[in-house]
Amino acid sequence: MPMKRSMIARLLPGIASLARGGSAGKIVLIGSAIVFSIVLMTVLSPWISPYDPSAINVGPVISPPSKRFPLGTNHLGQDMLSRVFSGGGVMLQVAVLSAFFCLIVGVPVGLLASYSGGIADKAVSLVMDSFYAFPGLVLAIAIAAMLGRGTVNMALSIAVVYVPSYYRVVRSQVLTIRELPYTEAARAIGARERTILLRYVLPNLVGSIVVVATVNFADAILTAAGLTFVGLGVEKSIPDWGWDLTDGRGLLPSGAWWVITFPGVMIVLLALGFTLIGEGLSELLNPRLEQ
Amino acid sequence: MSLRSYVVTRLLLTIPMILLLLSIVFIVVRVLPGDPVLLHFEKHAKPEDVERLRQNLGLDKPLHVQYARYLVGIIGGDFGKSMQDFSPVAQQIFSAFPATLELAICAIVVAVVTGVLLGVRASRFYGSLQDHSIRAFGVVMYAIPVFFLGMVFQMVFGIGLHWFPTGGRIYPTLEPRGLLLNMSRPESGFLSTLLRSLPVGLVAAGIIYWLLRRRHVAFRARGLAICLSGFTICWLIFAALLWHYSGVGVFRLKTGLFTIDSILEGSPVKLVEALRYLFLPSLTLGLVLCGIFIRLTRSNMLETLRLDFVSAARARGLKENSVIYGYALRNAFLPVLTMMGLQFAALLGGAILTETTFSWPGLGRYLVDRINFRDYTGIQGAVVLFGLMVALVSLVVDVLYAYLDPRIRL
Repeated sequence: MPMKRSMIARLLPGIASLARGGSAGKIVLIGSAIVFSIVLMTVLSPWISPYDPSAINVGPVISPPSKRFPLGTNHLGQDMLSRVFSGGGVMLQVAVLSAFFCLIVGVPVGLLASYSGGIADKAVSLVMDSFYAFPGLVLAIAIAAMLGRGTVNMALSIAVVYVPSYYRVVRSQVLTIRELPYTEAARAIGARERTILLRYVLPNLVGSIVVVATVNFADAILTAAGLTFVGLGVEKSIPDWGWDLTDGRGLLPSGAWWVITFPGVMIVLLALGFTLIGEGLSELLNPRLEQ
Repeated sequence: MSLRSYVVTRLLLTIPMILLLLSIVFIVVRVLPGDPVLLHFEKHAKPEDVERLRQNLGLDKPLHVQYARYLVGIIGGDFGKSMQDFSPVAQQIFSAFPATLELAICAIVVAVVTGVLLGVRASRFYGSLQDHSIRAFGVVMYAIPVFFLGMVFQMVFGIGLHWFPTGGRIYPTLEPRGLLLNMSRPESGFLSTLLRSLPVGLVAAGIIYWLLRRRHVAFRARGLAICLSGFTICWLIFAALLWHYSGVGVFRLKTGLFTIDSILEGSPVKLVEALRYLFLPSLTLGLVLCGIFIRLTRSNMLETLRLDFVSAARARGLKENSVIYGYALRNAFLPVLTMMGLQFAALLGGAILTETTFSWPGLGRYLVDRINFRDYTGIQGAVVLFGLMVALVSLVVDVLYAYLDPRIRL
């Protein structure tokens, strides 16, 4: 397929220029490497796991790392290595889904409200601001408690928390872009409002939306882990780092450090990867704001 | 605009915000799909039980009547009845509130102090290895789930070293009942008392070391001897005190903040005990939040240190420390104050997870308990109180900001 080849051909020099492009580019590369390897590990987990991650009593209960079980076993006798391999799926799905929900709600609402201005803009902004001011995890917990368990429900309750940040970014950008000469020029030659919104304003928003999305990916992963920790995660039969951490808390007094350490480190790495990508990208796209 | 009229305007603006906030909670709990009463009983509900609970809680009325009752109730301090035991939710959440307040205050102090100090260090040594490692530390702290960090601390300092208790508030078996709280002698003997007082000795040694450094005493044989003897004396004296007093203490609760209560009572042993239980939770929550303060202080200080008045202060021959902390930091501090207000919501979210990790009997653990009981009126009450706290703090921060920076009022 010619299109695919051209995409890869375009990507390679991009990576090379990132590596040359100072510290911000390197940060993006490191972050993407972390995220990419975790995604790869999760996708390949059925083939590389030594045991079935959900099968119980594959080994002795709560045994420390050994040759047979390199990361030990938990209180159900499940192999921690296999659980670490496959446990990221839930987090990744929740993060991607919630970003998707945020995109399809936050961006159009932000575009329309801020472009039309007036009372619609004020009303939507007020609602969004009060959502924004609400403690995120508390709101997510309340919604998840009402919706019940499951990946989609988790993603929905997290999306409600982060829609306002998408909205805010879109709104502030639209307010700036609307006054720029090229938009005015488009209006002067008689372009329709819809054309201006979709062809002139939206393409200039992509950069900042990507930055918000990657930064919120990290937050969504941490929020998902928190929801699981308070008992609002996915069904327990699905291997998940969040559940392993939650269960491991009860095993701490017996000194079973391995049950929490490895899933915990994986969550940190995943969140760190997305944070690094977000930080680097925002510095690359907006070099003046060194914050 | 004068400060007074600014405060009045800001107060008036708070009212619609609180109304919206209350409506959001109402919509989430009552209007969204998912009937709280049915959810409470899970699948095995008898219709007459469901109907009785509905009537008892007033959930059989039309939505607009429920909404009006809910608003009027909250204004009058009535958060409804718990689905679990039919006791007033208001009483339960207000008795859990001081624990959360104490944790939140200590955590924000930890976050701001570590964040600002590390941020200042990073900006002073811009581009050095120290700068890079401080920045890396901040980013990693941002990516750590707060309960994972808490469990690591429990593992290392609680279960491994026995320095700090792993959970609860004063002795875990005896939580405050009414106004009195017993302090019983720990089961394990004098050795554990020695271990438990070790941090006091370490803190004393740290203070002595800092004092010596300030007086430029060379830290060789003499300094080391002073430090070590101070450490041993403080450690043993405190262990003896703890051994002597534990078992006879009764806590008189006035404010519900154990640290303040023990100061009011004038009892150093209780104060240290209260602080020992407070230490790991507030360190956990504080460190997780400190990343953003590191970054903010660093970037602000980098800008401020370039300004003329800093060079002027240096040219006048002031000590570097007083240039940095007395002149530059003072100007870089206003954004930190704003950030404190903005981070308060994140702080409360983190407090829920920290309280669950450390079995800290506050509002967050109450919320999690209610989730496990499927007590939706309890959940609603706790969520409303969390929201009100955020609204109140943002009001206070805005007013403080206007007081400190008159340009805001224009």
